[in-house]
Amino acid sequence: MDGGVASTKPDLGPLVAEWRAALGDEHVVTHEHELRTYESDGLLQYAVTPGAVLLPGSTEDVQAVVRSCHRAGIPWVARGAGSGLSGGATPVADGVLIGLNRMRRILEVDLDNQRVVVEPGVTNVAVSQAVGPSHFYPPDPSSQIVCTIGGNVAENSGGAHCFKYGFTTNYVTGLELVLPDGEVAQVGGKELDPPGYDMVGAFVGSEGTLAIATKIWLRVVPKPEAVRTLVAFFESPTQAGEVVSEIVSGGIVPGAIEMMDNLSIRAAEEYSGAGYPPDAGAALVVELDGSEAECATRFEQVVEICERAGAGSIRVARDETEREVIWKARKAAFAAMGRVAPNYYVQDSVIPRTRLAEVLGRIEELAREYDVRVANVFHAGDGNLHPLVCYDGRKEGEAERAEECAGMIVKACVDAGGSITGEHGVGVDKKRYMPEMFSDEDLGTFQRLRCAFDPDQRANPGKVMPTPRLCGEVPGPYRRHPLEQAGLAERF
Amino acid sequence: MAVATRETLIKALRRAGEAGTPVRLRGGRTKLHWAANRGEPELELSTAGLDRVLEHNVGDLTAVLEAGVPLAAAQATFAAEGQMLSLDPPDDGATIGGVVASGDSGPLRSRYGGVRDLIVGIKVALSDGTVAKAGGKVIKNVAGYDLAKLFAGSLGTLGAILEVTVRLHPLPPATATAAGGSRDPALVARAARELSHAPLEQLGLDVRWGGGDGAVLSRFGGATAREQAEAAARVLANAGVEAEIVEDDDAIWRVQREGQRSPEWAIARVSARQTDLPDLFAATDRLGARLVGRASLGLCWLKLEGRGPEEADAAIEELRRDYTVTILDAPPGLRADHWGPIDPEARALMRRVRERFDPAGVCNPGAAP
Repeated sequence: MDGGVASTKPDLGPLVAEWRAALGDEHVVTHEHELRTYESDGLLQYAVTPGAVLLPGSTEDVQAVVRSCHRAGIPWVARGAGSGLSGGATPVADGVLIGLNRMRRILEVDLDNQRVVVEPGVTNVAVSQAVGPSHFYPPDPSSQIVCTIGGNVAENSGGAHCFKYGFTTNYVTGLELVLPDGEVAQVGGKELDPPGYDMVGAFVGSEGTLAIATKIWLRVVPKPEAVRTLVAFFESPTQAGEVVSEIVSGGIVPGAIEMMDNLSIRAAEEYSGAGYPPDAGAALVVELDGSEAECATRFEQVVEICERAGAGSIRVARDETEREVIWKARKAAFAAMGRVAPNYYVQDSVIPRTRLAEVLGRIEELAREYDVRVANVFHAGDGNLHPLVCYDGRKEGEAERAEECAGMIVKACVDAGGSITGEHGVGVDKKRYMPEMFSDEDLGTFQRLRCAFDPDQRANPGKVMPTPRLCGEVPGPYRRHPLEQAGLAERF
Repeated sequence: MAVATRETLIKALRRAGEAGTPVRLRGGRTKLHWAANRGEPELELSTAGLDRVLEHNVGDLTAVLEAGVPLAAAQATFAAEGQMLSLDPPDDGATIGGVVASGDSGPLRSRYGGVRDLIVGIKVALSDGTVAKAGGKVIKNVAGYDLAKLFAGSLGTLGAILEVTVRLHPLPPATATAAGGSRDPALVARAARELSHAPLEQLGLDVRWGGGDGAVLSRFGGATAREQAEAAARVLANAGVEAEIVEDDDAIWRVQREGQRSPEWAIARVSARQTDLPDLFAATDRLGARLVGRASLGLCWLKLEGRGPEEADAAIEELRRDYTVTILDAPPGLRADHWGPIDPEARALMRRVRERFDPAGVCNPGAAP
């Protein structure tokens, strides 16, 4: 049945034959060493070998797999490219991993209506390629060459351009869902404002805990007429942060506005050779797009603001090649960090942009206190920080110190009125921070949505919620507690 | 009845849940004649006491508003700082809670999206006494489920909205509109299509059609609004529609918004596609109606003028054969359902959602999908 090599976990055994019959032998992975390749997503700290990996090729396949799991009470985790950074696709040991990479057809390009219909395994970049050069798909996570639209939907992915253009959730108009009981529902479609609740809005960003999207309707938009890009260098992130505030309060909405601090500049420069001065305290990449006229006027204003603020130097891209060079350093920042330290934690906290100076100061303090180096790369327009807490895992105690420091940074951001995650998702990695943002009652209310989709909680269990909660039956009308009836207690 | 405080509202909703009393939240009373609000509920709770702008974070372009804040009052607060909430639905007296609960929108939607796209956080009260929040106060946040979107457009059927956090945008320093008219529906549709796909950043892109006359309106804001409108006028001219540039353009857009409402006739909101415009113009003529629409979004509002309830019902039935149609204003005697047909599995899912949020089934039950 499985080639004679004992490898499936015993409780899945009887189902393997059924899955092989439904999906074909080659699409049911049960060998231990093959299963290992699926044990982590982009966050390698978490690794769990799944009981089996199933690779469906169609909605019907997904339905067959989910239905059998429903019947047998087996939990499952859906996975796209596995490039997520929150452990959202970490498998469960007694369950199956449902890999959606085979479902990578672009089903329809309806440019007249500015819609593209895709299967979940289609990569992010493939959507823009399918509608170019006249149109594009704005959400552009750094991993866009490999990450899938299904994963983007699960995580509500952002990217460098979302301050102006918005997130995945602003571009999904419809979904075909395989629900945890194996039923298929279509919510939304090509049209806006479908009747009933906004189930598309409720689903995007649910991190695989509600259902599996097997077909996704996306909105694409005309490519702007003009793009102007510059990078300006400053003495400190605080100074650069003031420039960001001035740009935004001047009524300018840049397509992208990205900041790097000295440590990330040095690392990225060594790696990319983009020509960033290694002694600069901060680099600020500003990109405007839109109509020629508006772009030209606004771009002059941006240059003026940078000059007035005392930018050490300003480099304006004169053509597409120069623009790519400017972006090269920013895009290399994460990968380049390998040169600074063998390991690092990436955080994804968000702060109100006006609290930048204060929070950066706090991060510096924490880095000193925990004796670790922290590099800062961030989406400055929307306040999404990506502090990279560097450590050497081979040195005794350093990983623990770094992790603790990363946790304190998250807390500092929430205390400043922000969020624990702007685009990477909660997954397993940040669920312990959820109580920093949400009360027990808030979490209980999230759970209501979960239970409406998945009362048995078989979809990606152990993610998002800090502690497991049961669904139970739909409760009847609320009854007053005897103490309340007696007037001895009030409840608000 | 007017509810004085947030606490009394929460308590009254919980009591209604306990007693199984159907309850409707009331904001600015601007949508009581919608099909969704037919019939008198046993209990009506007003959000009039929840009227504070709790935060306007100017530097962060966000605001926290209590549900009963009139949208116009909030806009005045934001405008004083050169900002706006990019929502411009037709009813001037509407509250932010009502606008969110109805998912209503205006011409700015073409550029900035609808309620669902501008709301970043929400606080709600449920019929079992639960008070909970979702989302946050920053514009980028993926922690937890996006319940703000679930409540946007839910017509008060899941619970009461207590407050919302919204994202703001800079108020454009100037606006200008390229306005082109034509009596040829094919030309209007073609011109709208060209503009939908042009690399222009339009603040609004609307059409109107009715009585054998139509228009395409393309609005711009910013430092170079007029120049951009001139570029749009060239696109229109190439499509065969002569356009004029109007810089004092508020009145033009007010007319568009007013086309989405009627005190006497039925209003059918059609969730169509861009390419449906020519057919929708033909349907408008066939039904003797008037249409306003967001050309690039495919959203249109048909005013079924001069149609009594029975005729209007027949017209809606005809439209529903080809399109997804939601009924907003509904004159007395009209029977058409607010939502119309929904995919059965999707509807079952929505009902399960409602059972979880409002197990007592008391929140505006007549409007539930």
